[in-house]
Amino acid sequence: MKFDFGPLVLTFQLAFATTAILVAAGIPLAYWLAVSRRSWKSLIEPLVSMPLILPPTVLGFYLLLLFSPSTGVGRFLENVVHVRIPFTFLGLVIGSVLFSLPFMVNPLKAGFQNFPSSLREAAYTLGKTEKETLFKVILPNIKPALWTGIVMSFAHTIGEFGVVLMIGGNIPGETRVASIAIFNEVEALKYAEAHIYSGILIMISFSILFALNLVNKRGQ
Amino acid sequence: MIRVRAKKKLHTSDGPMELDVCFESGVGEFVTLFGKSGAGKTTILRMMAGLSEPEEGYIEVSKEVWFDSRKKINWPVQKRSIGFVFQEHNLFPNMTVEENLHFALQDKKDAGMIEALLEAVHLTEFQRRRPAQLSSGQKQRVALIRALLRKPKVLLLDEPFVSQDLELRLKLQEEMLDIYKRHNASVIFVSHDFSEIFKLSDRILVLDKGRIQKSGRPDEIFAAQTISGKFKFPGVIVDMRQEDFLYIVTVQIGNNLTKVVAAENEVRGLSTGDHVLVAAKAFNPIILKAFPKENQKT
Repeated sequence: MKFDFGPLVLTFQLAFATTAILVAAGIPLAYWLAVSRRSWKSLIEPLVSMPLILPPTVLGFYLLLLFSPSTGVGRFLENVVHVRIPFTFLGLVIGSVLFSLPFMVNPLKAGFQNFPSSLREAAYTLGKTEKETLFKVILPNIKPALWTGIVMSFAHTIGEFGVVLMIGGNIPGETRVASIAIFNEVEALKYAEAHIYSGILIMISFSILFALNLVNKRGQ
Repeated sequence: MIRVRAKKKLHTSDGPMELDVCFESGVGEFVTLFGKSGAGKTTILRMMAGLSEPEEGYIEVSKEVWFDSRKKINWPVQKRSIGFVFQEHNLFPNMTVEENLHFALQDKKDAGMIEALLEAVHLTEFQRRRPAQLSSGQKQRVALIRALLRKPKVLLLDEPFVSQDLELRLKLQEEMLDIYKRHNASVIFVSHDFSEIFKLSDRILVLDKGRIQKSGRPDEIFAAQTISGKFKFPGVIVDMRQEDFLYIVTVQIGNNLTKVVAAENEVRGLSTGDHVLVAAKAFNPIILKAFPKENQKT
């Protein structure tokens, strides 16, 4: 039996890329959601959380349509920017980022909201800007929330199936991640390979959550 | 020179109240806003700091206009040269004492101040500790010196001693007064503790129901002007007992408990918890109510 580690490597590449993007985008978005008093914020909040209840296939389906070369956006990207999104690794990343957004933003938002406003005000009275206060005072004090966001996004991306299948398909070396490889092996009745992929994913998921608990306990 | 004129509607526990104050203060002056909780004291400090916005008013500090509702001037908190000390110390838990102080520096060239200030409040050997490893008095000391590191034009102190026990409070007050006088800082101090402000203030503004009712030197505000005592100490009645025809009144003055003998007509209207002045005329100490009922701490 020749076992292909490619899907596992791809899974981790996807999880790292997705998590990195979510850290960069999730911090400002979560902070804005936590402190802003704008009324249209109440429209953004459910949008961020929607992937929690929406079937992943719905998101994948519309992303596929949106970026398809036969529609305006897709044609523009393909002909002008020379980027193709459906059935590529880039497509997987975009889908995963949107799909894991609530796992990063919601813990961070709760962290920002629970952070005492008096400490924020104290930093302002010392002449510190909002940005300095965010990075030097608030974030270092809500590390458990940040770690939760990072780990949950990472773990959730590993476990993704529907979005990935819809927008990425099943192309070996390009979009065939571990979860899809398992489906593939089972369909081909190759249970041994499916067991290996599954076993590895179970162990990784457990270790990640175990480590997260340790980190958060130490932080308390 | 500090000029403050501010109007703002507040929602207090006693219902809506309009805050409407106007006062001035000189450079290096220690001015106390005195009044019951809910009188609007903290709001005045927050408006000066820019943490809260008056509906109408004017705030000027050292010829800089920080707020002018007519000209739509409203400087952000960061731009206002203030040092704010809160009731709770508000030290940043992720930083050590030293890091907290370094963070507060506006100009890194002033780093030398840190050492001197730490020494002044006897915390040099605690500088590598985090706030969680300090006692509440030590934390408040760090907060009190942290407010100075920006070299602010005005220090805003919001009952900084309120969570300390009495002995510590007296010590802290002396240290702070000393340090702040040395830095020639203008101070606006908020308190409802009678003995505290008697000792610290150059001038007192008595705030009640959103207005400044009285203003003047501590002895003008609190003492019953009619007596010319040889000495006067502010204190609080902790106990009153009748013995035969006389009353023994136990008064806490600072750290000490003092027993004062009083006649029935002297103790009329006094009760435990009242703020009083213990004064001596020619011979025996007399005891009398410190200031009218409406200003009493409840």
